[in-house]
Amino acid sequence: MKALLAAAALWLAWPAVAPAQTPAPPPAQMPAQVPAQMEGAQVEIRAHAFSAPTVTVKAGTTVTWINHDDDTHTVTSTVNAFRSPGLDTDETFSYTFTTPGTYEYYCSLHPLMTGKVIVTPERS
Amino acid sequence: MSDGHEVDRRGFLQCMAWTGTGLLWSVVGGVPASRAFGPGRAEAQSGASFSFVQISDTHIGFKGAANPDALGTFEAAIARIKVLDPKPAFLIHTGDITHAQKPGAFDTVSEALKGVGVERTFYVPGENDVFADGGTEYLNRFAVGGPGRGWQTFDYRGVHFVGLVNVLNFKAGKLGSLGPEQLEWLERDLAPLPSSTPVVVFAHVPLWAVYPEWGWVTEDGAQALGYLKRFGSVTVLNGHIHQIMQKVEGNVTFHTARSTAFPQPAPGVGPGPGPIKVPVEELRGVLGVREVRYAPGQSRLAVVETSLA
Repeated sequence: MKALLAAAALWLAWPAVAPAQTPAPPPAQMPAQVPAQMEGAQVEIRAHAFSAPTVTVKAGTTVTWINHDDDTHTVTSTVNAFRSPGLDTDETFSYTFTTPGTYEYYCSLHPLMTGKVIVTPERS
Repeated sequence: MSDGHEVDRRGFLQCMAWTGTGLLWSVVGGVPASRAFGPGRAEAQSGASFSFVQISDTHIGFKGAANPDALGTFEAAIARIKVLDPKPAFLIHTGDITHAQKPGAFDTVSEALKGVGVERTFYVPGENDVFADGGTEYLNRFAVGGPGRGWQTFDYRGVHFVGLVNVLNFKAGKLGSLGPEQLEWLERDLAPLPSSTPVVVFAHVPLWAVYPEWGWVTEDGAQALGYLKRFGSVTVLNGHIHQIMQKVEGNVTFHTARSTAFPQPAPGVGPGPGPIKVPVEELRGVLGVREVRYAPGQSRLAVVETSLA
């Protein structure tokens, strides 16, 4: 778990890409294989709410949630696709979505907090 | 403090009819009280006044800005309980024993509460006690041999106590609920009781709609309250919202309790629920424990709030 959080923290060192923006195509001189972790979206948790209730990403994208509340929250899939531990203040959870589909999630401590990740095919 | 001194005459008459004998007026603990007497029924043996303590939302393991020392304030709460005179008969912990099931937190609380020197502590879980493992750890520790998943009932000196669990059915976008199995159990449990029996119900999330927009309600709480309506004296004790609120509805008195860890905003004030940071010197004034005093013949139990300041 600690390792996961550490990895997530490391990932956060990269500039965050807002989910709504289409990432700019890599310059021609860059290597063709871009690490999947570089493409990502971030969801902030603040005042008992997910900042972006719906996030649309391409398959292979890692989504990271960061908790800014004093309270503990979780990111829990409604169908058990993923399940974070309790996230304390400033802790993060990341999950890489590999399969297209709609993933609904909620906070298992505060179930009125809900969100959705829509994963589109990698090439579309 | 609410101290219901009015005599519930109807309840007394029912009690009298049930025992088939009558009532002997006596003075217990300085207030007039009725005492049933008659041949050998359990009810007739009851009638002595007593008190118990409600402690709630200890959130052991919480280290947030609202209170970096939740263990310290919990210990302050224990110190308050230890000096109560008369000594409480038992304690009731209305959940969020731990903060997010932090390792060792259940042990810390149960060991510390054993040190209070009362016979036992009755627990119901809060969502923080069950969210990570669906309640496995909590139920193995506190609910072995019980009738269901943590719900419980016991009688003490003629008062019927019911502990309900409304944090095991959390689903996305939904409010906490008791669920049909527990509701059926509750209905069966209450059915044989005469309406004159004082009933105390305790659960973590409020059973009445304090503020549904923040989840401060039990979805099927009204059904449970429906089973309780016929009783002459019902006291409902909840936690979860970390502040004192009271409501009276017919013969039912609702009380929510303070936390020993951190306060939360008044319903609807600010962007959402959650810990709020108050100036350090004010923190203990908004934390506390509750003493509940029962004296036979009073239709309402006396509730005494003690802050940790």
